[in-house]
This record gives sequence, structure tokens and C-alpha cells, in this order.
Amino acid sequence: MKLVLTEEEQFLKDTAKSFADERSPITHFRSLRDHNDPLLWDQDLWNEMTKLGWPGILIPEEYGGSDFGITGISVILNECAKTLTPSPLFATGVIGAYSITNFGTEEQKQKYLPKIVNGELTTSLAIDESSHHNPANTEIIAKKEGSNFIVNGKKTFVIDGASADLIILLARTSGNKGDMAGLTLFLVNSDSKGIDKIKLDMADSRNYANINFSEVEIPDSNILGDLETGGETVEDILDIGRIAMASEMLGNAEAAFEMTLDYLKQRKQFGVLIGSFQALQHRAAEMFCEIELTKSSVMGAMKAADEGSNELQRLSSLAKTVAGETLHLVSNEAVQMHGGIGVTDEYDIGFFLKRARVAEQIFGSSKYHTERYANLSGF
Amino acid sequence: MNDLDKFREDTKNWLDKNCPPSMRSGADPTIPVDEVWGGRNAKYKNPESKIWLDRMGEKGWTMPTVPKEYGGGGLTKEEVKVLNEEMFVIGAKSPLLSFGIWMLAPVLLEYGTEEQKKEHLPKIIKGEIRWCQGYSEPGSGSDLASLATKAEDTGDTFLVNGQKVWTSYADKADWIFALVRTGPKEPKHDGISFLLIDMETKGVTTKPITLISGKSPFCETFFDDVEVPKGNLIGELNAGWTIAKKLLQHERAFISNFGLAGAVAGAGSGRDVVSIAKKRLGEENGKIKNSFYRSEIASHKIKEHAFGLTLKRAGDEGGKASATASMFKLYGTEHNKKRHELMVAASGVDGLAWDGDEFDENDKNLTRAWLRTKGNSIEGGTSEVQLNVISKRVLGLPTQ
Repeated sequence: MKLVLTEEEQFLKDTAKSFADERSPITHFRSLRDHNDPLLWDQDLWNEMTKLGWPGILIPEEYGGSDFGITGISVILNECAKTLTPSPLFATGVIGAYSITNFGTEEQKQKYLPKIVNGELTTSLAIDESSHHNPANTEIIAKKEGSNFIVNGKKTFVIDGASADLIILLARTSGNKGDMAGLTLFLVNSDSKGIDKIKLDMADSRNYANINFSEVEIPDSNILGDLETGGETVEDILDIGRIAMASEMLGNAEAAFEMTLDYLKQRKQFGVLIGSFQALQHRAAEMFCEIELTKSSVMGAMKAADEGSNELQRLSSLAKTVAGETLHLVSNEAVQMHGGIGVTDEYDIGFFLKRARVAEQIFGSSKYHTERYANLSGF
Repeated sequence: MNDLDKFREDTKNWLDKNCPPSMRSGADPTIPVDEVWGGRNAKYKNPESKIWLDRMGEKGWTMPTVPKEYGGGGLTKEEVKVLNEEMFVIGAKSPLLSFGIWMLAPVLLEYGTEEQKKEHLPKIIKGEIRWCQGYSEPGSGSDLASLATKAEDTGDTFLVNGQKVWTSYADKADWIFALVRTGPKEPKHDGISFLLIDMETKGVTTKPITLISGKSPFCETFFDDVEVPKGNLIGELNAGWTIAKKLLQHERAFISNFGLAGAVAGAGSGRDVVSIAKKRLGEENGKIKNSFYRSEIASHKIKEHAFGLTLKRAGDEGGKASATASMFKLYGTEHNKKRHELMVAASGVDGLAWDGDEFDENDKNLTRAWLRTKGNSIEGGTSEVQLNVISKRVLGLPTQ
């Protein structure tokens, strides 16, 4: 496993960097937020991303994708995160594309994948049911009735849930809360009868929803993967999502750090640049080192995913933990080092703090993944 | 068969014939183990340590990439990889520990004259001469460039007067490579030279320093009207600071690797924080029973894992300049300290054992090892100096 980007991956990263700088600087995100945009992402920008082929990066060529791998999509998310670019790329281009490609039936692949590639279909993964991520705690029940399942219950904090066309639902078909066994994944059209999406207004101004399911009918043919193997399947999907999210969070941290470093080199107090104060220099140097360690952790996890390494789970938890802790540190220090303007809405650095805390929770916090890492390491 | 396959076969055969049984893994545990540093006065508890050193030294394989004309192995990078792999397969012990190899030889190769290289490199490679480093002085720690040991030009020789401190194993070393002030009027960085001094010269004396660990790996070294031939100057007069900085990078890389190697070696030797915690605090379903210790240990393990991946990434990227050397020194040593703190804490009062029959040998060794790690983040440039280097050279933050 070599911890360097291939030429193709570097090319994708460079393309994404120019795209984010030119097409979606932070002002783009600010404007969506200020206008209370119902999607909280921009359809035109998504169309442009689609033209670049990004939603199809994890999708095989026979369905119209490019099959460039987890590293490929993750480096794009990393660059987009530097300007806080909102888009369905994570929930659809990573989670939806990966889930259906790897676990869908031929019929499901033909039905959904080409539509993901051309930007027509967006997806969301409905997994959590309380304020803390924990797939084993799934309680929502899918009850077999004839050739259908009937679902009742509530999912919370569904990413892109306010607008996604297709919901990938984790539900219990047997067993009890706390068991990873007895879980099944379903593909559900979000306009099915009995689905009520309640848009959430969260600190990072992104697209989330709580979703109520009331007597929702799902045909057998919409099971993703096999009945009662949803626990294993969803862990696999989540690990890919965690790696991609860690790469996004690394991008957030890199950008917040760079803005802070620039500020230290411009702001004068007591007649000198504040960047000449050792109290700030050492903290900046520590952030630099933590970001370097995060780059390596994310790189290790991305490569493990693409190479199908048996270390994937441990490296995924490592990457999510390290990225979470680094972003936590950098987002706090960034605000502090900016002083008064750091806590104003007018200045962008606060966006990174708000995004950081939400991203830290997505698919498990650093605490959750530290525990998982210890479990997987045998202590 | 291509050349590399042939080399592998030859190497395998050579090792098979020449690496003594007690120098391989799985050796009889009753045979005493030497820490082999070589030198004029080397003593061996196990005669096979000496045989192994002589054979490897003769091949030049203690420094396999150095050209043969200087006593090295003259191997290509690919061949060195093969050699390391074949040594790993039989668990061959490293034949020689040497500051000459780790620090001085790279400097000699870059700055030494042909004559100096021919004189010193073969003796380093064969382990015939043991070197120590004369950098720090009582008044010059982090501010190394303020050093005051002076070398006056008396025509044929330099006359050296002054004192060095923290010279590792100076009482056992044969030669010292030292920074001396040759330009008292020049700005401080521009008046320093790099000088090689035979420790047997009249006027050189050493005195061991006892550390908080109770051990004495360091000395004070005194120079009292010591006459040093002018041919022992490395590089230009007053250009020693450039060489010193270069050498410090080798030293920092070495110390940070030492920390990581310790983590790897520790895992096999029983001195591993997880096994200590499981043994002393109890185990439940394969987990460390006390959740507070467990979470602290897990966080530390994750940091070490991330650091290991960073070393690997730097290698895969082809190795970068001094910036990463400072980061590796900082993290290698800080992680090593933290790991020892965790091992001591998880051992409870037994982790503070000092001496006597009531305590286990491993516990007593751990206590000393823990105390020794406190020096890791001071020697070779303190952690704070590394942060300064990163701030200024990597991040380009302004000086006041």
C-alpha cells in the first residue's frame, strides 16, 4: 500500500480545487444560507459537478460511471470542503453510488445508477434514531405482510433527507435494539405514501431532515442486499462514508488553518505582526503537525478501501477519529486566533467551526470511533 | 535468474554460513546479550557478538550503501532492501550500534576530503573506532550556536580549550566530533568549525553524569590545552554551523525513529502498554477492565498509528527536507514519553520500582526507561526548538 496519490487521483484533486475556487468560493455557501435556500445546495452547481462526472466516480463504466475509486471521490470532497461547497456529492456520489453498486441487484443497478450518474437522482441514508450515532440501536420496524414490508417509526439527522429522491433505510426485521443481527436495508422512494420529511435547521446550514414513516409499504424487491444482513452491509457502507467524510473534514481543517495562518501574518498589535508571538507560533506549529497526521490517516484509509485491505474497518475508525480531533482543535484555535472578528457572522471562519461540530457527529464521533478502534484492536 | 535474484541467493547463503546462532532470533536465552558499540576498548560477554561484527564489518554491510573504496558494502538501494529482508527472515541482530554510522559518516561523505574519508570511514564501518558527539556546553543548550569551546590556530595545530556536556558515552568513546569556536570575532553562527579529536590526546578528560534514571549514558568532557592536527578540520574553517545543522537532522531522524522502533519492539517484549494494562488492571471480554485507562490508551494508540502512517507516507513521497525531520523528532519523542507514562501508570506502584528483590526485573527496568525518556524531548533539540523550526521554516511566521 503506497501512501501517495496516483496521477489520476492527483488530476481529480487539481480539477476539484480549481472548480471550488472558481465556481463555489465561500460566498456561494453564504448566499445560500442568507437566502434560506430550501435545498441548501445549488441545482446549477450540481449540474456542473455532474458534467465533470463526479456523481459517477464510484460507479462502474457499464452504468455510465468512471470507477475511479474511493480515493478519487474523497480527494474531490476534500477540495470542495475547503470552500465549504454544499452539494449532494457525499450522500449521493459516495453513499448512494457505493451502496447500490456493491449491494444492489442487477435490476436495481440498472434502475438507479445511470440516474445517479446523470444527476437526476439524489439519495440519502436513513440510519440514526437518536442524538448519537449507533446502528445497532435501530428500533424502527419493517414488518412482513404478503410481498411487502410495512414500516413505522422515525429516523433522525438524515443527510440530504429534506430533498433526496431515494432513501436507503436501515430497519429492523427481527431481534431487539442493540443487536446488529436482524437488520435489513431497503430502498424507498421518498415520495412514497406515509413518508413525512421534516427539514432540520442546524448550525452548519446544510440539508438534513427527520423522517417519519407511517404505514409505508415497501415491496420485497426493494431490499438492498439480503434480508437480515443489513448490519454487516451498512457497516461496510458507513466505513466508506466515514473515510470520505474524514477527507472532507481534513479539507475543512486545512482551509481554516490556512486562513488563520494568513491572519497571523497580517494582523498587527503592539506594533508587530501577531504571528511573531511564540505563544501563537507553537500552537500553529502543533496544528500543522496534527494536519499532517490527519493527511496520513485519511490517505491510509482511502487506499485501504480501494485495495480491499482487511485493515479497512480499523483504518476507517482511525481516520474519522483523527480527522474529528484535528478539526475540533483547528476550528477552535482558528476562531480564537482571529480574535474579535472570529466570532462575528460577517467573517467566514465561524462557518468552519459550525460545520466542524456537525461533521464530527456524522457516522460516529471521535469518541465512538476510538472505542471501535480499541474493540477492533483487541483491547 | 536476474542480478537481484542472484544477489538474494548469495546473501542468503552468506548469512546462513556467517551469522552465528546466538545472533539470530530464537537464540538460547541463557547466552548473555551484548550491546555492541565497538571501539578500541570493546568488551564482549558473548564472543559471537565480536565474530558477527567482524564478518559484517569486513563485508562493509554495517553501512551497505557506502562505496567499497571507503570500506562500505557498495550496494544499490535495491540490494540493501534484499539484505535487510534476508536479515529479517533469520531475525539477525544488528551487528553494531554507532554514532559514527548514524551521525558522522553521512557528514564525512558530504564534507570530508578524500583523505579524511579513507582514514575514518573504514574504521567506523568495521566498528574499530567508537565516536561520540561534542555539541552542547554548560552555557549552550538550545542556543547551541553560542558555544564557547575555543580552538586557536597555533600554526601546525589547533589548541583546544573548553568544556562539552551531554556527550553520550564519552567515557567509552575513542574519538569525538566537536563544534569549536575558531572565529571569536565573527557573528556567532559564522565562527564555528567542525573538528575531529582523538580522545587519547593529552588534556582530554571525561566525567560521567548520573541521570534521574540512576544511569550514566552521558558525560562532561573537558579540553585543557589539547593539541589537534589541522588535518582534522572537516569542511572550511568557520563553516561548521552548516555541517552541524545537517548532522542534527540525522540525529533528529534517528531519535524519532528510535521512539517508533521502541513502540514496535515493545510490543514483542512484554513491555507493551496494552498487555501491562490487561495484566495489572484486569481483562473482561478481551478488553482492559478499567474504562478510564482503556480510553486513554486507545487515544494514544491511535496517535501512534497516525504517526506511523505519516512516517510511511514521507517515505513513499520520497522523503522531504528538514521540516518533516523536526515534526518527526517532536512526535517521536513526545509519543515515546506518553507511552512510558501510560505503562508506568498502568503498572501502579510496581511501575515505580527502583531496586531490590521484592520487585520484578521488568518493573525496575521500566522505571528507569520511563525516566530516561524525559531526556528524549530535550536532547537533539528540545520539543520547543522543533516547534520554533516548524513555525519559522515551514509556516513562514515572522520573527520579532
